[in-house]
Amino acid sequence: MLYYIFRRIVWSIPFFFAISLFAFLIIQAPPGDYLTTYAARLEAQGQVVDQARLETLRERFALGEPILVQYFNWISGIITRGDFGISFEFQQPVSEMIGQRMALSVVLATSTLFFTWAIALPIGIYSAVRQYTAGDYFFSILGFIGLATPNFLIALALMYYGTVHLGADVTGLFSPEYANAPWSGAKVVDLLKHLIIPVVIVGTASTASLIRVMRANLLDELFKPYVVTARAKGLSEFRLLMKYPVRIALNPFVSTIGWAFPQIVSGSTIVAVVLSLPTADPLMLDALLSQDMYLAGAFILLLSVLSIVGMLVSDILLALIDPRIRYT
Amino acid sequence: MELQHTATPSDPRAADDVAEASQARLIWEKFRKHRVALVSLYIVGAFYVVALFAEFFQPFDPNLTSRTDVYHPPQMIRLTYVDDMGKRVFAPHVQKQKLTRDKLTLKASYAPVENERVFLRLFPKVETYKLVNLIPVNRTLFGPVNQGERFYLFGSDRLGRDMFSRIVAGTRISMSIGLVGVGMSLVLGLIIGGAAGYFGGWFDTASSRVIELMLSIPTIPIWLGLSAALPPSLDPLTRYFMITLILSLIGWTELARVVRGRFMAMRSEDFVTAGRLDGASPRRVIFRHMMPSLVSHIIASVSLAIPVMILAETSLSFLGLGLMPPSISWGVLLKEAQNIRSIAQAEWLFIPGGFVVVVVLALNFLGDGLRDAADPYSQHGA
Amino acid sequence: MTQTNTTTQTPIISIRNLTTAFATRDGDFNAVDDVSLDIHAGKTLCLVGESGSGKSVLSRSLLRIEQPGLIRKGEIILHPSQSAARRVRPGAIDLATLDVKGKTIRDIRGRDIAMIFQEPMSSLSPVHRIGSQITESIRLHEKISKADARDKAVDLLKQVEIASPEVAIDKYPFEFSGGMRQRAMIALALACNPEILVADEPTTALDVTIQAEILDLLKDLQNRHQMAMLFITHDMGVVAQIADQVAVMRHGKVIEENDVFTLFREPQHSYTKTLLKAAQSSDTPSQRRTEMRARRPIGQPILRAVDLGKKFPLSSKGIFRKEVRWLHAVKDVSFDLHAGENIGIVGESGSGKTTLARCIQRIVTAQSGQILLTDAHGTETDLVGLDDKALLPHWRDMRMIFQDPFASLNPRMTISQIIAEPLLLSGMTSATERKERVEELLDLVGLPKSAGSRYPHAFSGGQRQRVSIARAIAPKPRIIIADEATSALDVSIRSRVMDLLLDLQEQLDLSYLFISHDVGLVRYFCDRVLVMYKGEVVESGETEQICTDPHHRYTQSLLSAVPVADPTRRDATTRFRYHAPT
Repeated sequence: MLYYIFRRIVWSIPFFFAISLFAFLIIQAPPGDYLTTYAARLEAQGQVVDQARLETLRERFALGEPILVQYFNWISGIITRGDFGISFEFQQPVSEMIGQRMALSVVLATSTLFFTWAIALPIGIYSAVRQYTAGDYFFSILGFIGLATPNFLIALALMYYGTVHLGADVTGLFSPEYANAPWSGAKVVDLLKHLIIPVVIVGTASTASLIRVMRANLLDELFKPYVVTARAKGLSEFRLLMKYPVRIALNPFVSTIGWAFPQIVSGSTIVAVVLSLPTADPLMLDALLSQDMYLAGAFILLLSVLSIVGMLVSDILLALIDPRIRYT
Repeated sequence: MELQHTATPSDPRAADDVAEASQARLIWEKFRKHRVALVSLYIVGAFYVVALFAEFFQPFDPNLTSRTDVYHPPQMIRLTYVDDMGKRVFAPHVQKQKLTRDKLTLKASYAPVENERVFLRLFPKVETYKLVNLIPVNRTLFGPVNQGERFYLFGSDRLGRDMFSRIVAGTRISMSIGLVGVGMSLVLGLIIGGAAGYFGGWFDTASSRVIELMLSIPTIPIWLGLSAALPPSLDPLTRYFMITLILSLIGWTELARVVRGRFMAMRSEDFVTAGRLDGASPRRVIFRHMMPSLVSHIIASVSLAIPVMILAETSLSFLGLGLMPPSISWGVLLKEAQNIRSIAQAEWLFIPGGFVVVVVLALNFLGDGLRDAADPYSQHGA
Repeated sequence: MTQTNTTTQTPIISIRNLTTAFATRDGDFNAVDDVSLDIHAGKTLCLVGESGSGKSVLSRSLLRIEQPGLIRKGEIILHPSQSAARRVRPGAIDLATLDVKGKTIRDIRGRDIAMIFQEPMSSLSPVHRIGSQITESIRLHEKISKADARDKAVDLLKQVEIASPEVAIDKYPFEFSGGMRQRAMIALALACNPEILVADEPTTALDVTIQAEILDLLKDLQNRHQMAMLFITHDMGVVAQIADQVAVMRHGKVIEENDVFTLFREPQHSYTKTLLKAAQSSDTPSQRRTEMRARRPIGQPILRAVDLGKKFPLSSKGIFRKEVRWLHAVKDVSFDLHAGENIGIVGESGSGKTTLARCIQRIVTAQSGQILLTDAHGTETDLVGLDDKALLPHWRDMRMIFQDPFASLNPRMTISQIIAEPLLLSGMTSATERKERVEELLDLVGLPKSAGSRYPHAFSGGQRQRVSIARAIAPKPRIIIADEATSALDVSIRSRVMDLLLDLQEQLDLSYLFISHDVGLVRYFCDRVLVMYKGEVVESGETEQICTDPHHRYTQSLLSAVPVADPTRRDATTRFRYHAPT
């Protein structure tokens, strides 16, 4: 088992490098580099461009070097010193800007995942066991609508409803009095209260698809011979259901974290922007729009790494609950 | 109970019918029984007709602004009215509305104007335009009887542009981006997935790893990153294609995985081996023996991939990194609804969102129905 | 129905007028139709019939796990126990009236009536340990501690002859072989010492030597525990080995019931006679074949395999260095196939017989050795090393019939298109010519001309196999490799297809390489036989010689395991298990 985990972790290292290269290429993709954009903007504002200052900046970010060298500087800075470069826009080290925002992103993504599971699992089981009943149809239709509605539309609708009809503010993750306060028990409670709405919104699509996954998995298992064997032992239907088919249908379900998690991370981007949550995403969008590429690249890299970690966790969990994987 | 593999209807003539029914017909028969999917097929079909002949369905030029009609609320079409003589007359019309300001609060609102109506008719004459950029036409489906009058079925936006016409125009871009994007993905997916599935070996291993990688990264940040890299000065058409390309660069993976899986499974089927032993060349094995069985599955996957593309485009444009004005897509339209002030004032800006939901829902049902029907011998599915 | 029941005891279970139906769109389909049977303590009732006869549904009805079927009519009376060692039941219970989810039937399941199933691979939960699946059943019906239940489970595993039961109890099913799993399944069924054991084709999925062991084990356990057994099978040979009483089922009805000796001696119903004939004829050489050989002696060798070898990489472990172990599927196999001869290759699963066939047909490439094919002009070519293009003429000369009639025909092509494919690709460009030839071929394999325009889904397994044969003989080949070509078919259809192959041999000058796991079929069909075990040919020679006087220990073990369709000879042979010298 330990060997399996070890092997799995070693396997994800090349993944990490592939993704970091990818993120770096995105950083590099805009024509010219940040400094030309910067200079152009200063000129447009009618300011004098200080060539000497530009040169120092250029040197500092090694913008004159070949791309691979730049990549190497960038990635080695991240790995050895946690240095993600400097935000051009804010003139601040990126690592100082992203810490709390990334943490909140992780909180949002993981709580959404748990929410998704908590809802999808029982409903999936119910729908499979009561296939083609009114309840099954109800949840199926609800699921389809959940899948078809873009996250941001739900967010907008809730925001509209909250503002116009309830006069309540549903945006943000903290009440104003806590926003800049140091961490405390009360602040955590406040955060949890504010988390509910984004979690529901971000989780809708993945909940809907996980319900369908669970339902299909369980339907596949419900009529397998081992279920008949268990029934022939004299087990009651409920115990039988929980101990055998549900238990086995869980395996592919666990592996869905692998793809549901990136989906959640992805979905939270847009919801966070609409609801102006203090997570990584709105800042990333701003950075992308203003081509503040070190900042944007750091977010893209970290969000991708978050997904890879999710996949890793899902694989390890799967090995824990399924002996067939563990032993091969 | 052992499953009966052969079709055994009771009527011998029906038996003959089923026996000589081709796969395509069996699939169609099975698909037809899936009523929701059938209805969805009609809905999707209708949307594509609108998308193709968008100009014909627009009563007004979608970019035509009107300073007097800013945030004009939607109007209902009424079929009849009671005229001055007290007689009920059949004449489709909308009630005219006028912008007024509350004297105290200065709040703007629209109030109906008594006895002023905009009469509507089918196929009114308009300025000549080119349908699908080809055929010159001078009529639209419906519009005001008196040229120059305006009406707003779905309201107007902050520049007084007709939302109905804009949504119709957006249908073209949103629906086509799904199709074009999936088309590009399909080409990539077929080539890479097919090659991986058919040849196996290192190519398979390498492409599987890449697919795995791409499926494990969150798509929206990557899409955002790539579109942010596009120069803002691109002309609308190039931007349209670049955005589609970006969407399909990520989108091909799912299709490639499906194609590869099916290819792998089918490559070892006895009937494929039999075809090879019959003397069929690799090309014939693929196209004569394998493709026909793959096509239905591919169609099903495609119809499930289109809504993903549509949603992606909508999201990107909504965030301002996808298509940009003057292009009109549902996402671009929804961007107008981004701030709470506009939607609190003009709820109808949500309407494009309703269309997104309906189309995506219909495409999902359609894809599901196709997937169930794709294997006419399977015992599962409705 | 003949009722010559000599037992005076009251039965343990009496089934009366049982009808179990499945609701379909066209109304009820009676899978079990008005069946009455008795099962007695310590006795075995065999229920025999072909696929779709309703025997499985009947057996499931006893435990009330017939869903989605529904019992429409009749009674299943479980009589009070006659042995003091077992649970005392208050009185007779009609199982047919019980609530399928209720406590009463749940108490009976596993404790009074237990069941074992056909598929040892899928009948046990893949993610629970063997031990936990057995102790669950014990603790469900008996109030004993976990530790006691575990001891009991170890004892049960010992009873079913699983080696080192203390270790085996903590294993997962996928770590067991098929035979071991079926033993574990039996241990599970015996957990609460049931009065009645229902066994639904428990040996069908197993190799014949394993089947023999499981049958012996079941009989032994039955004697020890005085169990009644309802044994479902389609194999008359197995019936002859194990039954006391036999009921023959067809289309949901019991058409004949008798004690095993009388039934085999004097079958009454014509269907029973057909079944018996099919089972017994495959134990003797085909007369058709021996007569044919007298008219037309066997010719020169046309296909020679020389030291053929094929291995597959098994696994690569470790991240940094690759350790590849090899599975030697075929090891140094040599034989000559003469013109007009049938060679059988017999072996159990994993013996490499199918890999050998695929090597010779050049679907896969052998790593060593030669395949020397002499064409019609007398030129000998080595097929190993030729690419697909160079193989084309030889693929027309040597054709293959596949095992699974459902997988080997392209569902998207009509029968004509399927049969015409090799014609078209061998250069017959004229459509009318092809049409004529297809009709001629359909006629040869005994299918009507109208079959051509139909799709495979319109045909039964036997008919599909005829289509496969037509496709095989289309380009006028001289050699046909039949890989388990009749294994997927019901017994009565099987012999007809084999006779068709023999008729075609005479008409078209064919030679067959016949791959099978069934010694009986090989004896019927083949002149010479190669016995394969773990990739090697352990013995070869004239079929009759080998079947009557085998020399190799494995062949002896294999032959002794084959159930003979004659109850009077049931204890004539002593069985033993062959262990390869390591």
